[in-house]
Amino acid sequence: MSGIYGLIAEFDNPTALVKAARAAREKGYRKLDAFSPFPIEGLNDALHLHKNKLPLIVLVGGIVGGLTGYLLQYYITVISFPINIGGRPLHSWPSYIIITFELTILFGALSAVLGMLGLCGLPMPYHPVFNAPRFALASRNRFFLCIESADPLFDLAATGDFLRALEPHEVSEVAH
Amino acid sequence: MPDTSQLVERPQDDIAPGYTFGSVTDQIAAVVLTKRTPIFWFLCFGAGFGLLLLFLLAVAVLFIKGVGIWGIRTPVMWGFAITNFVWWIGIGHAGTLISAILLLLNQRWRNSINRFAEAMTLFAVACAGMFPVLHLGRPWLMYWLFPYPNTMGIQPQFRSPLVWDVFAVSTYATVSLLFWYVGLMPDLGTLRDRAKNRAGRMIYGIMSMGWRGSARHWSVYETATLLLAGLATPLVLSVHTVVSFDFTIAIVPGWHSTFFPPYFVAGAIYSGFAMVLALAIPLRKVYGLEGLITDKHLENSAKVMLATGLIVAYAYVMENFAAWYGGEVYEQAAFWHRLTGPYRYSYWALISCNIIAPQFLWFKRFRTNPLLLFISSIVVLVGMWLERFMIIVSSLAQDFLPSSWGIFHATRWDWATFLGTIGLFMFLFFLFIRLLPMISIFEVRTLLPQAKVKEEQG
Repeated sequence: MSGIYGLIAEFDNPTALVKAARAAREKGYRKLDAFSPFPIEGLNDALHLHKNKLPLIVLVGGIVGGLTGYLLQYYITVISFPINIGGRPLHSWPSYIIITFELTILFGALSAVLGMLGLCGLPMPYHPVFNAPRFALASRNRFFLCIESADPLFDLAATGDFLRALEPHEVSEVAH
Repeated sequence: MPDTSQLVERPQDDIAPGYTFGSVTDQIAAVVLTKRTPIFWFLCFGAGFGLLLLFLLAVAVLFIKGVGIWGIRTPVMWGFAITNFVWWIGIGHAGTLISAILLLLNQRWRNSINRFAEAMTLFAVACAGMFPVLHLGRPWLMYWLFPYPNTMGIQPQFRSPLVWDVFAVSTYATVSLLFWYVGLMPDLGTLRDRAKNRAGRMIYGIMSMGWRGSARHWSVYETATLLLAGLATPLVLSVHTVVSFDFTIAIVPGWHSTFFPPYFVAGAIYSGFAMVLALAIPLRKVYGLEGLITDKHLENSAKVMLATGLIVAYAYVMENFAAWYGGEVYEQAAFWHRLTGPYRYSYWALISCNIIAPQFLWFKRFRTNPLLLFISSIVVLVGMWLERFMIIVSSLAQDFLPSSWGIFHATRWDWATFLGTIGLFMFLFFLFIRLLPMISIFEVRTLLPQAKVKEEQG
């Protein structure tokens, strides 16, 4: 059992993959993942993937960016480098709006990308699933469902039978 | 089973029928992974490389001798450099419009043109960003534009639109690069899996960051794309608004106007879609991609051009009306000089290019003819360059005091720098065409009827 990473089943079309993912989830498997050449709306339902923390990360990033922009300008124009031009107020907030806005967007976008990479655990050049024999097709036209050996319900024979019953193109073992 | 899936209703013909996941992947990836490169590519890349060398020469001379090699003399200190800056950055806007705004509006036809349009944005911003820096006089001190603790004890003036511009353009360049790269990741994974030699697998593998198409990743990825689109949408509208502030905040007649921001944004999208068409029409012909970039894409782009062109036309009319109705004598004189003064040829040329020529786009026969569309997109690009030249040069040449008027004469170095950035753009763009997938493979896969999950089976 410790010898392999899991069992992977290959399907021809997205409908079969969603069906299989739903069946595996109903069967009680939790350590499972699907692989497809494009995002499939139904998979999020089948694998219960609707919630992620990215919007919160981006919100925090945007707020930090906006504060950075505003406070940077406040500090420079009022405290560190005040210039008196005809007695106009040093804290001239209307002229701060643009840079505050731009830094909000900049920090928001950076946190969206870095947050996405962080939540996905990328970059990760090696992953056991790449050992699956026909896995190169997951980026072309085939759809894969992998049940990991770390799942408490995993049993090489029983899980293999379960996957084969879903009428996949092929079921194979994934080495570590 | 696959046969019945073909029978599922196809609500919109975003791409030609008959494609499969495999054939879409193979066709787009083959452009990059093939050994055979079309002659067209060598010609365009060679032309771009030649002009790039001209650019390097022009910049070297500029560094040695200073900005005096250009035709900028008092009072016209903003000649070609700022004209080119505004023109290039405007061209970039269509890419972000296609990648972000059309994504939020769920315009699925964008999926096959967004990738190269974003690349166009990136390279256009690279060309644009160099002009203000080269125009500084001492370009090697460009880092003075950013606030940083320094021994000189001075800081940028945050009340100046020129400093706003630094932040707007650098944010725009960064966010465009991020958005473009994030969009590329799954396709880089495809190239990694399909590359035939070890070097290709290694390079594309590292660039794809180990993308494996996991459902967990796709779920986060889609959230990230939507959020980036939501951030890029106000950003793109803000960038040309801030560019227009460079003019409107000043009190020069012909510049000091409240409707510059929407007028500039419309003009930017106008010229940007012209560039999208100028690139898409030859590319789809040479690489046989008519099934993916269909006549519908060209027609839709032409419609956007027509709509934004009409907004620009309205702005031209209102500009003159406001000058006349406002009753301000300098403003009136500025517009009278544009119509009849030393720059009247540029003015009427831009009116012909930007207002009269696009009226042909009302006709479907014209919109579905790629050759005519290509010509009209070049006409629009020329017209939009003339518009920026007109706004910048004619206003500075004749402002308040007739005794301080002066006419701008472009030198050969002005032209060399401008043509040089066109070379840089072509060089980068054709390098991109050769090395990266020019159409987003995974987004085109989602357009196929087979990509729909049939729910009744669940």
